[in-house]
Amino acid sequence: MSAATIDFQNVSKFYGEVLGVNRVTLSIPPGITGLVGPNGSGKTTLFNLATGLLRPTRGTVSVLGVPPDHPEELFRLVGYSTQFDSFPRGMNGFRFVETFLRLHGFSAAESRRLAEEAIARVGLTDAAGRKVAGYSKGMRQRIRLAQAIAHHPRVLLLDEPLNGLDPMARADMIGLFRELAEQGLHVIVSSHILHEVDLIADQVVLLNQGYVVAEGAIRGVRGEMEKHPMQIQIRCDHPSRLAARVFSDDGVVEAKILENPQALLVRTRDADGFYLLLNRIAIEDGFDIHSVVPMDDDVQSVYGYLIGSNGGAA
Amino acid sequence: MTPATTALPAPPTAGRGLWRTQALAVAAQELRRGIVGLRALGLLFLCGFPILIVTVATVVRMSGFIRQDMAPNAGRLAIEYATFYQAVMLRLVIFFVCALVFSRLFRVDIQQRSLHYYLLTPLRREVFAAGKFLAGLVLTGVTLALATAVSFLVYHYPLSMNAGSGGFGAFLAAEGFGQMLLYVGISLLGVLGYGAVFFAMGLYFKNPILPTIAVYAIEGLNPILPVLLKQMSVIHYLQSLQPVPVSQGPLAILAEPASPFVAVPGVIAVAAVLLWLSAKKARKLEIHYGDE
Repeated sequence: MSAATIDFQNVSKFYGEVLGVNRVTLSIPPGITGLVGPNGSGKTTLFNLATGLLRPTRGTVSVLGVPPDHPEELFRLVGYSTQFDSFPRGMNGFRFVETFLRLHGFSAAESRRLAEEAIARVGLTDAAGRKVAGYSKGMRQRIRLAQAIAHHPRVLLLDEPLNGLDPMARADMIGLFRELAEQGLHVIVSSHILHEVDLIADQVVLLNQGYVVAEGAIRGVRGEMEKHPMQIQIRCDHPSRLAARVFSDDGVVEAKILENPQALLVRTRDADGFYLLLNRIAIEDGFDIHSVVPMDDDVQSVYGYLIGSNGGAA
Repeated sequence: MTPATTALPAPPTAGRGLWRTQALAVAAQELRRGIVGLRALGLLFLCGFPILIVTVATVVRMSGFIRQDMAPNAGRLAIEYATFYQAVMLRLVIFFVCALVFSRLFRVDIQQRSLHYYLLTPLRREVFAAGKFLAGLVLTGVTLALATAVSFLVYHYPLSMNAGSGGFGAFLAAEGFGQMLLYVGISLLGVLGYGAVFFAMGLYFKNPILPTIAVYAIEGLNPILPVLLKQMSVIHYLQSLQPVPVSQGPLAILAEPASPFVAVPGVIAVAAVLLWLSAKKARKLEIHYGDE
C-alpha cells in the first residue's frame, strides 16, 4: 500500500447476493482520473469503499497508505462530494460548510475563514446565506463541492460532479479540477458524460457490471485493444497513392478512401508503428499531408468498444 | 470562481482534547436541531403533560371542591405524588420522551440522508456516537428535570393552605426540597438508562417502534414479573430509589427494592454496556440509504 496512491487490492463488495464490485485491483496515481461506466457498474461503490461508507466483503483499500477505518487520519486527506442530493435540514450554504469544518476540530474563526474561502472557490458567495433547500441542483452540487474541498484535502473524490451544472459552471468546475490536479491532488471524477471525462482526465478506469474492464491513460488503453484496430484519418493530396503505400505496414488491416473530405481512413493494429511509417512515407514520397486525426482513441470510443453503446447491458 | 486558497491551519492534534471538541460540536449541532425541530414539539407536549395534570389537580384542590377530611397534608401529598410520579413520570413521560429523542438521534440523519456528511469528517465513530448521546442527555435531562421539579412543586403547593403545619415553605425547608432533588435525580437516572436503551435501538433496528413496544410491555408488566426478570428492567431500580414506597397493585409479585448502592451503579453500568454496543455498531455503520 503506497503513501502516494489510492489502492484497491482484490476488493469485492456484495450487497447480499447483488454484486457491487468484484475483484478490483487498482492503483490510482495523482492527477485527474475519470471513473467511467454505466449506471450500476460500481463507480459509487468504489468511492464509498475508499471512504469507509461501505466495507469491502473481501480485499483491502487504502488511500495514500491510510485504511478507511481510520477516519481521523483519512478525512484530513480526503474530500468526497457524494451523489446523495440531500442535506441536513434548515441549513444555509455557509452553515453547511462551516458546521462540518467544526467537526474537523477547527476553531470557529478558522472554520468561518475556510468555509468562506471554499464557497468563494465554487462561486457561491452571493448565495451562501440562503437555505440550501432553496438552491438549484447546480448550486447544491457546488456547495457539496465546497464542503469537500474546504479542508484542503490531498485526495478529492467527486461522484458525478458535473450533473445539473449549466455549461458555464461546468467549464468553471473543470477549470477548478485542473487547478487542483496541478497542485498535486488526486482528483477522481466519476461521470457518464464521456467527452467531459475525455477533456479533463489524465487517466481513466472503465467499469462494467462491477468489474474493472480497463485502466490507464486513455491512449494506452486504446492501444491495447487489439480486437479493435485504431482508426486514423489522414487528409492529404493523394489518398489513393498513400493507401497503396501504407499497406506495406503489417499492422494496417484496412485503408478506405473517403470522398468528402478527401482523405484516407486507415485501420491499424499498431498506431505508433503506423505514425512512424507515415512520417517516413511523407518524407520519401513527398506527400502533402494536411492533417492526421485519430478517430477513436477517446473515452467515448473505448467505452463503446469495451462496454457497448447500450451500457454493457447486452 | 476564486482560485486562490489560503494556508490551512495546522490540523488539530488527535487525542482527548480533539475528541472533546468534536463531541461537543456534534452535540451542539444536534441540540440546535432538537430545540428548533419538530421533535421539540413532541418533547414539550410530553413534558407539559404531567405539569398540566398536577396543575389541574392543584387548582381543584385549592378551589375548595374537596372534602374537609381530604385537606392537604405533607404525608398524604407525598404518597399521592409518589404514585403519580411512578404512574405518569416513570411509566409514561420519561419512557416516551427517551424513546422519542434517543431512538431518533441516528434515524433522523438516515431518513434525511445526511448521515454520510458526519462519517466523511475526521471524527471517530465512537466520538460521533458520544456527541449524539450527550445531546440527547442534555435535551431530555434538562426538560425532564424541569418537568419533575415543577410538577413536584405544583403538586405540593396546596400545603400553603395548611397554615397549621407551617405551610409550603416549611415543607420545602424540612423534607420537601430533598425529596424534590431525589425525584429529579431519579428522572435523570431514568434518562440515562432509557436513553441508552433507545439509543442502541435506533442503531440496531431500522424501525425501532416494535422493539419500543416490547420494552414498554416488559417495563409495564414489571410488577407481575418474576423477581429475576424484574431485576433486568430499568424501572425496578428507579422505583427502588423513590423516597416514598408505592403499592404495586394486588397482583404484584413482591421483590426486595434494590439499595441505592446497587440501583444507581446498576443503571449506570447497564447504560455503559449499551453505549459500548452502540459505539461498536456505529463503528461498523455503512451507508445504504436506498434500503431505508
